[in-house]
Amino acid sequence: MNVERQTLTLVVNGEERTVAAPPARRLSELLREDLGLKGTKVGCNAGDCGACTVLVDGAPVCSCLMPARQAAGRRVTTVEGIGGEGGSDGRLADLQAAFLRHGAAQCGICTPGMLMAATSLLRENPHPSRAEVKDAIGGVLCRCTGYQKIVDAVLDAAHPGVAPALPGAGEAVGARIERLDGVPKVAGTEVFGADFWPEGALWVRAVRSPHHDATFSFGDLDAWCRDTPGVEFVFTAADIDGDNRFGVIPAFAEQPALAEGRARFRGEAVALVAGETASLGELDLSGFPVQWQPGDDYVEPEAALAAERPVHDDRPGNVLTSGMVRQGDAEAALSASAHVVDGAMRTAYVEHAYIEPEAGTAWMEGDVLCIQACTQAPIMDRDDTAKVLGLEKEKVRILPAAAGGGFGSKLDLSVQPLIGLVALKTGRPCRMVYARSESLMSSTKRHPATLRARIGADAEGRVTAMTMEGDFNTGAYASWGPTVAGRVPIHAPGPYRTPAYEGRARAVHTHGPVSGAFRGFGVPQAAVLQETLYDELAEACGMDRLEFRRLNALRDGDVTAFGQELQAVGTVECLDALRTRWEEALALANIVNAEQGPVRRGVGVASCWYGCGNTSIPNPSTIRLGVTAEGRLRLHQGAVDIGQGSNTVIPQILADALGVGIDAIECIGADTAITPDCGKTSGSRQTYVSGKAAELAGRALRQTILRLSNRGEGAAIAFDAGRIVITEGAERSEIDLSRLEADANGYVLAAEETYDPPTTGLDQNGQGKPYAVFGYGAQLVELDVDVKLGTVKVRRITAAHDVGRAINPLLAEGQIEGGIAQGLGMALLEEYLPGVTENLHDYLIPTVGDMPEIQSILIEKTDPEGPMGAKGLGEHVLIPTAPAILNAIRHATGAKVTRLPALPHRVLAAIREAEGR
Amino acid sequence: MTYFRPTELTDAIDWLADNEARIAAGCTDLFAAETGPSLKGPVLDVTAVTAMRKIERLADHWRIGAAATWTDVLRADLPVAFDGLKLAAREVGSVQIQNAGTVGGNLCNASPAADGVPPLLTLDASVEIASKSGVRTLLLQDFITGPRQTALAPGELLTAVLVPEAAGAGRANFVKLGARKYLVISIAMVAVRLVELEGHVAKAAVAVGACSAVAQRLPAVEKALQGEPMVAGVSVPVTDAMIADALAPITDIRADAEYRADAACELVRRTLEGAVT
Repeated sequence: MNVERQTLTLVVNGEERTVAAPPARRLSELLREDLGLKGTKVGCNAGDCGACTVLVDGAPVCSCLMPARQAAGRRVTTVEGIGGEGGSDGRLADLQAAFLRHGAAQCGICTPGMLMAATSLLRENPHPSRAEVKDAIGGVLCRCTGYQKIVDAVLDAAHPGVAPALPGAGEAVGARIERLDGVPKVAGTEVFGADFWPEGALWVRAVRSPHHDATFSFGDLDAWCRDTPGVEFVFTAADIDGDNRFGVIPAFAEQPALAEGRARFRGEAVALVAGETASLGELDLSGFPVQWQPGDDYVEPEAALAAERPVHDDRPGNVLTSGMVRQGDAEAALSASAHVVDGAMRTAYVEHAYIEPEAGTAWMEGDVLCIQACTQAPIMDRDDTAKVLGLEKEKVRILPAAAGGGFGSKLDLSVQPLIGLVALKTGRPCRMVYARSESLMSSTKRHPATLRARIGADAEGRVTAMTMEGDFNTGAYASWGPTVAGRVPIHAPGPYRTPAYEGRARAVHTHGPVSGAFRGFGVPQAAVLQETLYDELAEACGMDRLEFRRLNALRDGDVTAFGQELQAVGTVECLDALRTRWEEALALANIVNAEQGPVRRGVGVASCWYGCGNTSIPNPSTIRLGVTAEGRLRLHQGAVDIGQGSNTVIPQILADALGVGIDAIECIGADTAITPDCGKTSGSRQTYVSGKAAELAGRALRQTILRLSNRGEGAAIAFDAGRIVITEGAERSEIDLSRLEADANGYVLAAEETYDPPTTGLDQNGQGKPYAVFGYGAQLVELDVDVKLGTVKVRRITAAHDVGRAINPLLAEGQIEGGIAQGLGMALLEEYLPGVTENLHDYLIPTVGDMPEIQSILIEKTDPEGPMGAKGLGEHVLIPTAPAILNAIRHATGAKVTRLPALPHRVLAAIREAEGR
Repeated sequence: MTYFRPTELTDAIDWLADNEARIAAGCTDLFAAETGPSLKGPVLDVTAVTAMRKIERLADHWRIGAAATWTDVLRADLPVAFDGLKLAAREVGSVQIQNAGTVGGNLCNASPAADGVPPLLTLDASVEIASKSGVRTLLLQDFITGPRQTALAPGELLTAVLVPEAAGAGRANFVKLGARKYLVISIAMVAVRLVELEGHVAKAAVAVGACSAVAQRLPAVEKALQGEPMVAGVSVPVTDAMIADALAPITDIRADAEYRADAACELVRRTLEGAVT
């Protein structure tokens, strides 16, 4: 161990800093831990993500890869040093301002790395080309934005613009405003899970199973703890006082925070080690006294279904649960159809690959356990952590840290019960930061799916029936497996009239990683098969593929295969918005392909729909508004903004509902001690459900104010020091807030409203009203396939999405571009193999160079239920991408790819099969 | 002392003789394989050794210091015969990696997919190895002995890559095939260098990486190219068998063996055509 320290002097952001540190320490560690410069983010410690990029003598390097000694005597610039006048005056640099203006920062975790890489470029080349920008930032991964807005921001940095003025009363909804929580993200001051810890916090590490399935026993833990330098505490499941079983769906909760005698997947935690930070970080845990007895593991569902010994003894056959929707006699309808296509599709484990590995800190405040960690679901974290640790819910407080990306995986507990246990047992603050490999091994994944389907059409090209069966590998524990099994049969027909339908999905346990929620809950996998079969069916019917979809699209008033009458269906509008480009792209492809060269152009289209919010079960959000005696308006906003924009969109809705300028609103939370429950950030529900609660609360407070001032509906409201001023035409009145009595929360005026989507349960045939609002979309992909190498280059995607009402078009575009990036990764690159791809150079997500030009088209078909007409957006944006890519590959080459990802060797094999070779 | 960063080569070699140390330069591979916050030591950091950083033209050869970074290579004034090496330098990881990662590190790490090896093979490169007992040189193909294996003995330090004067002639090209654009480990890559005499190929050097345990020159292909007109179509006499015979591709997460074999053939042709057009 290189714990020996040397005195190192560096010039950091123009200031000479001297520090005693191990010379072989990563520069990133020196900056963050020794110099307190936490704007530099660590995403992988391997040079794969670039989040830790800093400039050394002006040149960008990954600070995780540079020994501190190499930086000694040199100039180091971090994100803290790029603002005006070296950052000392708190002004943002033009580049940082451009990032805000363009919406280039979503979650913000890659932003410091992006800014540093771009700063280096702009210093050498103030007016770069688009290609030069891409080369410069190619070494920084972003999982949220799809990169387009980042490139736009860098290109625009030379033209310092002025941020548009915040909209006035009644003008917020629809305004393209910068994100309200954006400044800390571009300044590098945002506090993510790894960025805060109380003085003297213990460092916590987990001992994890190296086997897919193994029983285990411990040796002499006390002796090891005593004899290992730096180790102060060891904890195992035996130290857990509560019910050591958590899970996002209470009826299925079975996952232990620390395994009890049997570890069911590779990476499952079995023990915790806590001690002083520097020594524990260096500690080699391979000497930890645990003995493993590996079992006969299986990670594929086919093997799981045939296995004698199930993953869980009380789930024989390994089927966790299943879902089914049935209407009419699908088999009979298929038999009677003029055209029938059938097919199969296999998809891979897909990793969320947020650039922020799970991290957090815990401490005790009196008898309350406080946990500040990255999350998408603070109340669920609170309840499950309390359950595991044997505490009352009120004795656990969750203060969400900024989440450096989530995409579904940070709905499930990660560090919370682990650091909670250590803080509770030791009474000392502690912190834990997952290594990238730990994050990859232990976090949830997108379910690998094995799907089969048949779809029929009549002679006129009208879809007659569909059957679909899918097995979803749910891994070792339930997590969101039941949700996937429930959502898939509902959504699998796509947004099309399907008079006869039978869809079934099963969640099957294996010893693979736990599959959970990932943007779309299984729907993207099912859409890959349905939408590729639609292309074959259109061909069988002799119809244009877009026209075939338009003909069959659900219309307002239609009843779905699950028996729900729909309104505000945007599919036709989305498809129509693509038509002009569709025809141009097809004509262009014909010209390119006439040359018969090695590169063939393909054009594909796919559409999607997505039910917003929980399936058939309550998922209320509550928004509280309070006015202080001083005249300040506070919005208690419990919806966690993981980058998608709820900290901006919900205030926008509130501003217009209440009738005030958006600058009047002070946003508080999320924090389980002070914000009511806004549920989880998942299911594309925050804009819709929490936004609706904000709308209701805003209207309620407005009514209160109008009533108190005896003014009519058209009056204008303004908050001022100690008073509210109400103006109606030429008349003006005031409410003197100092004369009102404060409530228990300290507010002289308040409103609290709860909204829960009006849904119904599903009957035995899966019939009912599972969602109150749906989002719709369609995407058009243009790509090139190299028919000799099987490589695919996506050139352009035109994406039309019906968002009902675009509360903030800038943020909506960001969701579309980011969703497409993840859809593209799922289609072409991403395959998580446990034990194999446990880093970000073997598990590949798209870089800036892999992204096409994206044109977003926002369709606003007002929803009667959503707030101001809005529909959810976050998930349906990625659903059409993968199938549209496969359809374009087939259009270009005739190749039918039936296994994702479509890696070059798989595409080439499919091309040869299509050629009959 | 567990971390030594000398400026003089003799100091480095003396220290290495007395310490069983890891030799560190850009650390882009060392730190990537390290789970803790520091490199485990003892560490000999060679990045301050001036003699190991320079890229220079000497009397009868070019000398690329082993601690020269890929960015140093990109910025060096070198003849067009080195263009394949420069194209490879651009494909190493990302700008950040090119600013830290070194030519010598790339060779000592001995990954079958090392981007620097095929172009250096086409430049007939050798390596200079120093130790307390003196300096020896080895042909590059003899230095890398297997995946993650080199001929470097304990106490020895790779100090430079040497390219003979004759290899500075001709035109060069390099093509890398990966599953994504940046930060990607090659599925296959090809480097070529063609020396022209009166419009025909006087000498051809062709190497393929990531399709065998160690990147390989393709002697049969080189022989077939000799005398061909240096115009589009130069690759016509090259048969798949000439390429496949020299390679032994494996199946891994990036591609299967059959694909690699096919892709190598296609890439060899494209890299050759790219070099003459």
